[in-house]
Order: sequence, then structure tokens, then C-alpha cells
Amino acid sequence: MALLDVRDLHTTFRTDDGLVKAVDGVSFTVEPGKTLGIVGESGSGKSVTCLTIMGLNDRRSASTSGQALFKGADLLAMPKNELRALRGNEISMIFQDPMTSLNPVHTIGRQLVEAVHLHQDVSRSSARSQSLDVLKAVGIPNAERRIDDYPHQFSGGMRQRVMIAMALINHPDLLIADEPTTALDVTTQAQILKLMDTLQKEYGSAIVMITHDLGVVAEIADDVVVMYGAQVVERATAEELFARPSMPYTWGLLGSLPRIDHDVERLAQIPGTPPSLLNPPSGCRFHPRCTYAMSICQSEQPPLASATGSETHLSRCHLDQATRLTEIKKLESGHFAEVT
Amino acid sequence: MSDDLLVVEGLKKHFPVTRGIIFQRQVAAVKAVDGVSFTVKRGETLGVVGESGCGKSTMARCIMRLIEPTAGSVVFDGREITGLSRHELRPIRREMMMVFQDPYASLNPRKRVGAIVGEALEVHKIGTATETKRRVQELLEIVGLNPEHYNRFPHEFSGGQRQRIGVARALAINPKLIVCDEPVSALDVSVQAQILNLLKDLQKEFGLTYVFIAHDLNVVRHISDRVLVMYLGHAVEVATRDELYHHPRHPYTGALLSAVPVPNPELARARQQILLEGDVPSPLNPPSGCWFHPRCPRHHPGVCDVREPQLVAAAGDHRVACHFPLERWPMNAAEMAAPAASASTGAGTATGAP
Amino acid sequence: MTRYVIRRILWALVLFVVVTFVSYVIFFLIPADPVKLFAGRQATPEDMARAAAFYGLDQPFYVQYWKFLSRLVTHGVIGEKALGFSFVNRQWIASGVQSRAPVTASLVLGGAVMWMILAVPIGIVSALRPRSLIDRGATVFVLIGISAHPVFLALIFLYIFGYKLHMFPIGSYADFFNPPPGQAGGPLQWAWHMFLPWCTFAILFAALYVRMIRASVIETMNEDYVRTARAKGAPEWVVMRSHILRNALLPIVTMLGMDIALGLGGAVFTESVYSLPGLGQWAVQSLETFDLPVTMGVVVFATTAVLVVNVIVDVLYAVIDPRIKLA
Repeated sequence: MALLDVRDLHTTFRTDDGLVKAVDGVSFTVEPGKTLGIVGESGSGKSVTCLTIMGLNDRRSASTSGQALFKGADLLAMPKNELRALRGNEISMIFQDPMTSLNPVHTIGRQLVEAVHLHQDVSRSSARSQSLDVLKAVGIPNAERRIDDYPHQFSGGMRQRVMIAMALINHPDLLIADEPTTALDVTTQAQILKLMDTLQKEYGSAIVMITHDLGVVAEIADDVVVMYGAQVVERATAEELFARPSMPYTWGLLGSLPRIDHDVERLAQIPGTPPSLLNPPSGCRFHPRCTYAMSICQSEQPPLASATGSETHLSRCHLDQATRLTEIKKLESGHFAEVT
Repeated sequence: MSDDLLVVEGLKKHFPVTRGIIFQRQVAAVKAVDGVSFTVKRGETLGVVGESGCGKSTMARCIMRLIEPTAGSVVFDGREITGLSRHELRPIRREMMMVFQDPYASLNPRKRVGAIVGEALEVHKIGTATETKRRVQELLEIVGLNPEHYNRFPHEFSGGQRQRIGVARALAINPKLIVCDEPVSALDVSVQAQILNLLKDLQKEFGLTYVFIAHDLNVVRHISDRVLVMYLGHAVEVATRDELYHHPRHPYTGALLSAVPVPNPELARARQQILLEGDVPSPLNPPSGCWFHPRCPRHHPGVCDVREPQLVAAAGDHRVACHFPLERWPMNAAEMAAPAASASTGAGTATGAP
Repeated sequence: MTRYVIRRILWALVLFVVVTFVSYVIFFLIPADPVKLFAGRQATPEDMARAAAFYGLDQPFYVQYWKFLSRLVTHGVIGEKALGFSFVNRQWIASGVQSRAPVTASLVLGGAVMWMILAVPIGIVSALRPRSLIDRGATVFVLIGISAHPVFLALIFLYIFGYKLHMFPIGSYADFFNPPPGQAGGPLQWAWHMFLPWCTFAILFAALYVRMIRASVIETMNEDYVRTARAKGAPEWVVMRSHILRNALLPIVTMLGMDIALGLGGAVFTESVYSLPGLGQWAVQSLETFDLPVTMGVVVFATTAVLVVNVIVDVLYAVIDPRIKLA
């Protein structure tokens, strides 16, 4: 059984300008101990999806429907205190900006101990020793001394380690990471990704990694969900997605990446800008920017269906199988050819 | 006319740290830029990479004379521009322009796009009002915006479009040099590609010279002809793009390259990363000897922590500041930690250029 | 920390000299001759000269100012003779300050406690439920508090709660520790006598603070670390107490220091209407009678109080906000 099974999730925000459908019918599953990457540009709904699952949206303006089954129990339907008991315990979350995600007026020790006490009935000294252990596990040097330091005394990379420590302290089964390395430098990013990989093996947690960086997904994910305009447009294993991307948005994303491993004179750019969620385009959300768009694309929304015959590989596109395969071939021989 | 448009020699910017009860005295200095030298040829793009805090943005502002450098010389188009008065600087300001990182903060929200783009024309008193308007509309068209949007305000545009406005503003009076400070790092991937393509097209069309500052090694590789790598206020390696990415000599460059995520699961997982330990030290109190030695996998006690390496030629135009430069690439962490037997002589060659 | 305190004290001394000097200059700019008042209506020129010499008013003002300063130093600031004596009743100023300062302190500090007791809960509740009935009610309260003058409020309060309802005494003060024989005293009497003045004094600040606390709490609620706390599974009251309030009240502490100091000025009105024998009322009387030493005494005391409160607040701020390092 999947650890997390999200079915037809919708999240709508009331704003002064009208209703914003930030998540519009999103479904995916996360297997125990595996990593799911959710990729998308800003405004694609990837972060809101995860905040909805965690029940962290602003209650006054957001309304939600659909299901998010965690070990069979629906997170969206359960009473608040039950969800609270899961949060930080069986499901935990880390955020993009380690600079602002820790409370500046408490020592990191106090914030870790708080996380322990919220879910375990243990003594202060036991909570503190657990905190110390997990700080050592995430690679904070001189943890004994630094546990009583305040967040501002740590560098960005070290703060993200502290955030990871806090998320893992109660040994969660699922860790949701919302762009955890975006605010970090590339060498620090490599350290953090490596750390998450090591800890995943040690703790056996499943990870949902939200990112805009296809490179990060390739490094860490087993399965990938590509989001565009509040919807899932492609779902596949990492190997499938990078070897046989099967719809124009994903082609565009891969083609628009300047890459360290090979040269192109011009990047394949996607024209236009991401759609407004206040007033999304009719039919396929991508059609106004799609070079392959047909008349059906304007009127009818394509379903999320098997793309290349593989059951794990789904995408949302009206192009027929043959056209897609020839396009993939073309791209493979041209742009996606690996230069080693 | 020389081939070099911009020659920077020993550029330094130290920010003083003061302390005192009533009279402030300087107790230390943040060495944001500490002796950087390089040249930029006409029509080429020099990429500058480095992590946050390496001094790359401060350096850009020193070149533009937006802040006063502490020491060093900046020769632009054959003219020394450090020490020039505001008045003397004016004609030179027309020839070097800057594009900034944040397309949301760098445009005045209360001004119309036409006024923003035409500002430089007005400051330098070029043309009549109708000429200005025509030029602005032409510029908007060049950067791929609708010339009819002349009267709109910045908030009516998306991030990518705003960055196009920023580019149009920089182009307004046909500058020779454009310094781009992280121009695409706030943009989404698909929009980033649009701006990168635009910059490349403009360079071809108008023969522009770029200094392109970024932390993203993929982006820098795509746009640059030559690349300068900075660490803690120093230039640690300069080379042509292909040389630098195929045969990096400095261990830091190697570590940077190996840390870049590759959008290919097989390659990404097969490759051996060189992980650096710890964080970048404070420029307030930089390490002795080589600035990189506390984090360097090849660090030789007695050499690297004592002698400051000079930026010297390793091969042709490829210059590196390291006592034990990498012999080959790629390399895994273990190989990197054990420099070849000739390393001790390598220390010799590092100080005296071969 | 020590360096910081030393630096602050040095600056405080400079400020002290500036403030007292300016007070002197202003006093001598007033086009009236105090000597005439003191020498009596029928005074001959000789009497006037004698009086002027006696009070030291025959010398140029900077000489007088210098004497005033050196007296402060030689007698010690809190010494009996340090501030000289009153022109009007020839009593030592220091003893007057000693008996009146506690009254003003009661009013200002009690008022500060009162306005915080009012403002913190109202501010938090209206931040939690923006645009709700409570929030709108609070907005009305804020408007009234900011627009109503303390003298007006004091008269209304006295009329309703004192004169009509007989709930509170009118125009008297009860000492907290040792009341004069035959008069009411002790903590309960003190609080009962001070209650209306406190309300009058507090209402303006309470209104300002409701608005500030509301804004600060709303801003803090949107901070990333608050979301982190919820993601950890913290219940709402823990989120509020240990993550929102602690951070939201940091800027309020700084404001509180400045406003308590400012409040010394506002105390003048309240003390006058409620006939409280405090410093504010004394200062007003001294100005009416050209009693320079009394004015200066009050100025010295108020300046010192303001400076001391500010240093205390700064140090306190460094203690509660670990990011601030005093150097």
C-alpha cells in the first residue's frame, strides 16, 4: 500500500480579485522509503499541494476537497487534533528559507526539545539528549556547544541542517521538503542533498521533494510529478521522465535548461508566461504556449493517461502516440543527446 | 584601439568596521574584494561565478563606480576611471550600463515604462521628446515587448517582462559594456531561457560586451566566452569557457563543477561528487595563506596555510591561483585529496609561472 | 555590555547638559522680571537690587547656569541642597521632588501597567479575528482614545464615577507607604484613589498600543517560523505564546520605554484635573510664579528619569532579543 495516496486534490483561495484555483485535481502516490520529486515553476501549485496535505493553509481563505490518504487515513477529513498529532511526528516538513524558518528568539536546542515534547512524553534531559544526537546526525560540528546557540549564529547551510534535524527528530515516515536547497549555494546544496540521501537510508523515511530544479530531481527522486497551472501534466519514474519525456511542456523545460554537460547555441525557450490561476486558459492549460497546439487543445482538457505504453508513465496531452514518439526520437538525437 | 575594453588591476574594496565610544576608529575591515585582476575583450562575455559572499556583486559595483574602490585600477576603453570626478565620469557612464538581479525592485513602481527606459536619454540630454519616444518604442520592440505598452507601469508586467524592460533601459544609449548582476536568478526556468537568448541575440546584433555575474554554473557556461571564478574576494581561476569546464585546475572550481545537479538520473548518480566541508569563512577574518585551504581537499599543511598563491598562467590563457593545481579532470574525491608525486614541484611552478 | 552602558551614560550626561541649558535659556527669554514679583508690589529700586542679588538674578544667565551646574556637582545630584531652594517659599527643592516624585511615578507606571493590560488582549484578539465585530469595536475604541483629550476625559470620569455614582474619590491622593496622620493610605486606598487618573492617563496610549500590537501580531503570524511551529505539530496556544507573542512584543518593548518617558509630559494634565500633588502640577505652578529653581528641579528630575528609562529599555531589549548585541 502506498504511504501517501493523494486523490483529486483541489485547493481554492478566496482573494480580493476572485477565486484562485491553486490546486486543481492533483493525484499522486508516495511509496514507503521512496522519494517523489514534484517539479514546476512558481505558481504551478506544487507548494500549495503540500501545505494542503499538511493542513497548513490559511483556514479563513482556503477551501479544499479531495482526499489525502496517509496510511489509509484521510488527512483532509480527520479532526484537527489528530492531524496535529501526526504533524512533526509521522509527517514532517522543511521549508525553503532556512534563514526565516527558525524562531530567532529561541535557542535551537529549545526548538528541538519543543519538537520532542510535542509528541513524546519524556523527561527534559532525555529530550535534550535526543536533540543532541540528531544534531550530530545531521553533521553540526561541536553539537554539544552549539545546541545552546541562536539561529542567527548559524550559516544558511547549517540552519537547513538544523531544520532537517528538527524534522527527523521524531523519526517520521514521510518528510515533505519544500525547495530545501533553493536558497543555498551550489556546494552547500550538494552537502544537503547528500545528507538527505544518507538520512533517508538510515531512517527509512519517504521524501516528497518540491523543487523547480530538474537537476535536483534527477539527483534524488525515484518518481517525478511535473506540475503546470495547478495540475499534474506528467507523472513517471525518474528514468522514464528524463529518457522519454512525453509532453511539450516537459520538453520545453528540459530544453530551456542551460546545461553543464553539453552545449547549445540557443536554448529552446517556451514562449509567453505561466497561466493565471484566477482565469486559466480553456482546454489544455499549456496550449497558449505550446508549439504543437491543435484546435482540440483549446476546447478540451486532455486526461492524464498512459503516454508511452508504460503504466507508471502518465501525461496530459492530445498529441497521438506516433507523433510523440517521433518528437522524442528527434529530441533524443538532437538536444537531449548526452555528451560525455 | 586596443582589443581590451575593460582592464581591471588589483581591484580592492574593504568595508571598514568601526568601534568607539564617541570617536569611531577602524578596528577591522571586511575584505569584500581583495585584489582582483582581469581583462574583458571587446565583444566577448566574461562570466563571473562564485557563491554568495564571494564579492562578485561588490566587484561589479566597483567597476561601475557605483561604490568607490579602496585600491586598484579600472581602465575602460583606454581610460583610467578610478579617481575621475563625477563630472568627468559622465560621458563614460553612457558607455557602461548595468542590469540588476531583482526585476521587481530595480524598476521604480511609480514611473511609466517609457520614462524608465528613456531615463538615460533624458539624463544625457539626447534628442527631443518625440525622438525619445520613438527610440523607447524601438527599444521595447528590440527586447520583445509590445511598443504600445509605453505608458504602462512596471507592476502590469510579469517578472520576465520586467527583466526585458531592465535590458531595454540598459541598451538605451548604445553602451559598449553591460554589467549583468545575476540577471536571471530570480526568474523561472522557461523565462530564464528567454532572457538568456535575448542577451545573446543583442550581443550579436549590437556587438555588446558583457560582464555576466551569476552563481549558476549552467547559466554562466551557456552565455560566457571566458569565465572568472571568485572565492572570498579573490579570483582563483580564469580561463576560456571550455578550458574551465573541461579542465578545471583549481580544486574549488572542481568542487563547484561536481556539485552542480545534472538533469540526467544516470549521470547524476554515477558521478563522484567532491563535497566541501563546512562553510565559506568570514571575509572579516580570512584564513592565512591560501583563502581556500581550510576547506580544500588537497590542502598541504606548511604550504597552503602559509603562502598566498598568485594568479599565474597554467596553460596559455588559463590562469589559476593554487599551489597544487589539478592535473586532470574529472577526478574523484580520493584522487583529489592525494596530489600526484610531483606536487612538491607543483608548488614551485605555482609561484613561478612555467 | 559594560562598554555599551558606559557609552550610554556619557551620552546621557551630554544630553542632560543640553536639556538643562536650553531650559535656562528659555526661562530668561520670557519677557517678565521675576525680581518684581519677589520684591513685592511697593518695592524701591534698592529693594529690587537687594532681592536680585539675594536670588542671584543680577548675574548674566550663563553665570547663573554655571552656578546651577556646580551646585549639582558639589552637593551631589540627590543632596538636599543640590537643586537650591524655591524662590516662592524658600524650601529646598530636593525635598519637594522627594515628596512629589512618588505621586507622578504612581500615575505614570500604574498607567503604563493599565494600558498594557488593556492593549495586549484587545490587540491580540483583533489580530486573530481581523474584520470581526471585536476588531471593529477595537477600532472605535482606538479612534476615541486618540481623539479625546485627557482633560476632557478626566472631567467626564470625575463627573460620572466620582460626583454622580460616588464610586471613586474626587481630587485627592492616598499615599502607598506612610500617609500623613489622619489621612487615608495603604495599597488599597492608593489604588482606589489612583484608578480614575490611571484610566484617563492610559486611554490614549492604550489606543495607540492596540493598533500597534494588532499590526505586530498580524505581521508575526505570517512569519515562516510560525509555519514551522505548526508543522511541528504545536497546538495553537503554544504557537501563540511561544512563537508569535514573544516576537511580536519585541518592538513594543522599545516603544514602551519611550512612551513612559513621554508620559511624564502627559501627566501634567491628569495631575492638574485630579489635583494630584505630583511633579507635573508643581511644574505648572512654578512656571506661573517664575519660580526658576522649581522648574529646573522638575526638568532635572524628568530628564534623568527619561534617560534612565531608556538605558533600562535598551539593556532589557538586548536581554530578550538574542540578535541584538550591545557594543
